[in-house]
Amino acid sequence: MPRYHISLTVNGDLHELNVDARQTLMQVLRQDLELHGTHEGCGSGDCGACTVLMNNEPVPSCLVLAADAHKSAIVTVEGLVQNGEPHAVQKAIVAHGGIQCGYCTPGIVISSVALLQENPHPNEQEVREAIAGNLCRCTGYQKIVDAIVAVGHE
Amino acid sequence: MKPFEFFSPATLPEAARALADYQGEARALAGGTDLLIRMKRRQWTPRAVVSLNRLAGLNEIALNGELKLGARATLNQIIRSAAIREYFPALAHTARGMAGVQVRSLATVGGNLCNAAPSADMAPPLIALNARAVIVGVDGERVVPLDEFFVGPGKSVLQPGEILQTLLVPRPKENAFASYHKLEHRAAMDIAMVGVGVSLNVERSTFNVQHCADVRIVLGAVAPTPWRAKRAEEILRGNELTAERIAEAARVAAAEAKPIDDVRSSAWYRREMVEVLTRRQLQRLAETA
Repeated sequence: MPRYHISLTVNGDLHELNVDARQTLMQVLRQDLELHGTHEGCGSGDCGACTVLMNNEPVPSCLVLAADAHKSAIVTVEGLVQNGEPHAVQKAIVAHGGIQCGYCTPGIVISSVALLQENPHPNEQEVREAIAGNLCRCTGYQKIVDAIVAVGHE
Repeated sequence: MKPFEFFSPATLPEAARALADYQGEARALAGGTDLLIRMKRRQWTPRAVVSLNRLAGLNEIALNGELKLGARATLNQIIRSAAIREYFPALAHTARGMAGVQVRSLATVGGNLCNAAPSADMAPPLIALNARAVIVGVDGERVVPLDEFFVGPGKSVLQPGEILQTLLVPRPKENAFASYHKLEHRAAMDIAMVGVGVSLNVERSTFNVQHCADVRIVLGAVAPTPWRAKRAEEILRGNELTAERIAEAARVAAAEAKPIDDVRSSAWYRREMVEVLTRRQLQRLAETA
């Protein structure tokens, strides 16, 4: 199969990659770049576990062809840690007990970071709308919502 | 996914040529939120995918005499556009009711229309607002009223090698208002059981009586394509807007729907809700005017 050359900035680092046309952004992040924080849930954009920031907008990385992501800037959950310090959203989710199995957590963290960029002090309803595309099958939504609202009050 | 060739041309003529060369066996890629799912499920196995994402200008939103809405504008762009929020609030409201934030970052208005689902949310409000579709192909450009764009479930008038470039939406007259309301099982990440788009242009006579100068009623998810309820419109057009006449138009709209039973809803319920959603929106728009 032909390979397609792309350059991709991931968490601030520029990568030159040769990808198969069929590879999704999610697969390139996990398989080629070994960034396993981005999870695959449904593979059809319904669950939000694979959410990353692409050019500063949250996207389901399972529905982006890597070849089509050429020249874009990606932030994964790994990229939120600065000098060993977790992001405020990550700390708040831990502090509020907003983690059960943890599978949905990276996607929820990214969706929350995207929300707080646009709206630094969201209310509960705005948080719920921002993470409506992130499913938590442990159903532990309340503590997640509490944590994100709390970040806006910091 | 089955193997395919990937193209990402820089100009619209190149993109049209690439699509035409594969004679219907290539698919255009915009947001990919429908295309990739169907390719992963092998419902669609195109020999080539032609990305529209490097084409300049295709995602622009500009308001001069009318709205020029680039087909590749994402739902989030529509929600954020100051011009759309001010002059076409029904479009921003519709976009915000679709999918979830992540999918709205990718999904485009053109993709929603070109996939031609009977339930495509952007279709009823855009048809109600009298939108026209600018289509570019290898032989040039043509303009089609959006209410003639849909042919059947999953089928539009687009021919191989043709690309939906822009939607042109006339600016609503003073005292003209539009809305779209749909019903779903949950507020996010769902497909409409039924949706109704309405636009209403009201005139007042000397005795402050409201007349319907013009109206469009467009039904979603209750026919093989987005569906104009033209007999219902005729009941209102040119006539005084009374509660009785609005109720009669809503009943006729329900009779004009051609719903089916499926996993999301029964035909009976869909028809009942066409009447309710049509009546409520006409009442609300008449009150606003």
